[in-house]
Amino acid sequence: MQNTPFLHIAQTNSTTFDITLCGIWTRDSIATIDKILKPLTGKPHSLFRFNFTAIEDFDTHGIMLILHTIKRLESLTCTVERIGQSVHFSKLLTICEAHFPNEPIIVKNHFFLLDYLENTGKTVIEGYKTLTSFFSFTGELAHAVAEVLFKPARIRIKAMLYHIEHSGASAIPIIFLTSFLIGIVIAYQGATQLEKFGANIFIVEMVTISALRELAPLLTAIVVAGRSSSAYTAQIGVMKITDEVDAMSAMGFSPWDFLVIPRLFALIIALPLLVLFADIISVFGGMVIATTKLDVSFTEFIDRIAETVALKHFIIGLVKAPIFGAIIATIGCFRGFQIDSSTESVGKYTTISVVNAIFWVIAMDAIISVFLTELGL
Amino acid sequence: MSILIEAKKVVTSFGKNIIHDGISFAIQKGEIFGLLGGSGSGKTTLLREMILLQKVTQGEMNVLGHNVSELSSSEAWALRQKWGVLFQFGALFTSLTILENVTIALKEYTDIPDYLIEESARMKLSLVGLPPKVTTMFPSELSGGMKKRAGLARALALDPKLLFLDEPTSGLDPHSARGFDELILNLRETLGITVVMVTHDKDTIEHVLDRFIILGNKKILFDGTMNMLRQTSDASLKTFLN
Repeated sequence: MQNTPFLHIAQTNSTTFDITLCGIWTRDSIATIDKILKPLTGKPHSLFRFNFTAIEDFDTHGIMLILHTIKRLESLTCTVERIGQSVHFSKLLTICEAHFPNEPIIVKNHFFLLDYLENTGKTVIEGYKTLTSFFSFTGELAHAVAEVLFKPARIRIKAMLYHIEHSGASAIPIIFLTSFLIGIVIAYQGATQLEKFGANIFIVEMVTISALRELAPLLTAIVVAGRSSSAYTAQIGVMKITDEVDAMSAMGFSPWDFLVIPRLFALIIALPLLVLFADIISVFGGMVIATTKLDVSFTEFIDRIAETVALKHFIIGLVKAPIFGAIIATIGCFRGFQIDSSTESVGKYTTISVVNAIFWVIAMDAIISVFLTELGL
Repeated sequence: MSILIEAKKVVTSFGKNIIHDGISFAIQKGEIFGLLGGSGSGKTTLLREMILLQKVTQGEMNVLGHNVSELSSSEAWALRQKWGVLFQFGALFTSLTILENVTIALKEYTDIPDYLIEESARMKLSLVGLPPKVTTMFPSELSGGMKKRAGLARALALDPKLLFLDEPTSGLDPHSARGFDELILNLRETLGITVVMVTHDKDTIEHVLDRFIILGNKKILFDGTMNMLRQTSDASLKTFLN
C-alpha cells in the first residue's frame, strides 16, 4: 500500500526523542499504526517531540490513536511536545482532545453465585408482578365486558367481524387439514387393534367420541392460539410502541372497547364454529379409513353414531370452545400490553404469548376433563 | 470545488402518483445543502434516493461519482460506508446500548483495535453533547433530543465525508435546536463534512444552510441562497421567508 503510515524516530539523547509521523493516518491504516505506536516508550521524564508536518491524511480515528499514545506517555511522566500542526489538523486535534473520554466506564464486577441469586430473585419478583398485573388485567377486562353487555351498542361490530374473519375464517384451511389428519390417525391406529378382535364396528365410537369430546376442540384451539394470540400480541404491542394506544386513551376511546373486546368476542364466537367444522372433518377422516380398512360403510358409520354416541360428547366439545377462545384472546391481548418501547420485546412477548396460550388451553382442557368425569358426564 | 451529488432529470413515481417530475440540481463538496418544501413535496423521498433506500424511476442520480441506479452490490456496499445518515427519530437499534450503537459500524467494517473503537465512539458521543453516563443506557431510556444526538454520533462513527440529516432539529426545543445547528457548522469546519439535510426550521435555513432547493408541484421552485431568495418576487416562495 502506498503512503503506509510510519514513524521516524530520532533520539537526540537518552531522554529526548524526535518523532516524525508520516503517511496516511486514517481508519483503514489504524491497525498498522497501532502496532507502530504500541512499543513506543521511554524512561520517566523523557521528552517526546511529535512532529506532524509529514502527515498526509488523517481522521478522528488516527487522531484518537495519537492522543491515546500521548496520554499513555504522559502517564509515564514523560513530556510530549507537538510541533508542525497544520491549521486543520490542530482544529481536529483540539476537538478530539476536548472530548477525549478520560474516566473509564465502570463495569460492575460479576461474581457468578451472586449473579445467580440476583437473577433468581429477579425472576421471582418478575413472575409475581406479571401475576398481579394479569389479575388486574382480567379484572378490568371483566369490568369492561360487564359494561359492554349492559350497553351492547358499545360493541364494535365491525372490528369484531374483522377479527372473526381473520382469526376464524382464515384458519379454516389449516384446521381442515389438521382435523382430517387427526381423524385418519385415530381410525388407522384403532383399525389395526380392533381388527384383531373382529370388533370393527367399534371404530365409530372410538373416532367419534375422542374427536368430538377432546381432540377436535383441543387441536382447533392450539392452531388458533398459534395463529391469533401471537397476532394479537404483536398488533397491540406495535400500537403501544407507536403511541397509538396512548393516542386512543387521550382521545377518550377506551382501548378495552376498541382493541380487547372485539378480539375477545371474536374468538368466543369463532372458536365454537371452528370446532363444529373440525368435528365434521375429523369424523369424516375416520369414516374414510373405516370404509377402506374395516369395511364399515358411510351409512353404517352414521347410523351407528346416532345409535351409540351420546349427544353430550358433542356438546361438551362445543362448550369448551368459547372458554379456549377467551383464554387465547385474553393472553394475546395481555401480553400485547406488556410490550414496552423496545423492538426486542415484541419478539419476546409474542413468543411468550403463544406458549402461554397453548399451555393454558391444554391445562384448562385437563381441568374440564377431570371435573366433568368426576361429575359423571 | 467538486460536485459530490448530482441529480439529472430525476423522476420518481409511486404507481400513477408522480412525486418528482424531472428535477436537476448539484451539491458541491463542503456545502451544507438543504432540501426544503411543503409537506408531501418529496423531500425525504429525494433524500432516500440519494442513500439507496428508494429507486429512481427515471433520470440519473450521481452520488460520489456513482450513478445509484447502476451500482453493483459490492459498489453499493462500499458507497454505504462513505456516508452517515441521521434519521428523523434517530432510528437507534433498541436492543443495543448507546455505545454499541456507535461502535457497531466500526466493529463490522474496520480492523481498528477494540480499545480505540471505544475511545473514538465515546469521543463522538461527547462531541455531539451527550454526557458520559448515557453510554451504557439503552435508547428507550433517552429523550427524543438525546436519541437524535446519539443518532448523529452513530452517523459520524466512520468519519464520513458526506452526512445526510432528515429533519435534524424537528422535535427539539429552540435552545437544543440552535445547539444542534452550531454542532453541524462545527463539524463541517473541523471534519470537512458535506451535509445534505431536509429541514423546516427557519433558523436552521437562515444560519446553517449555504444553499438550498425548494421543492413544490413536482418541480424545483427555487435553487439558491437565502440572499437570492430574499430578492425574489415570487409570492409563493416568500412564504419560506417567514
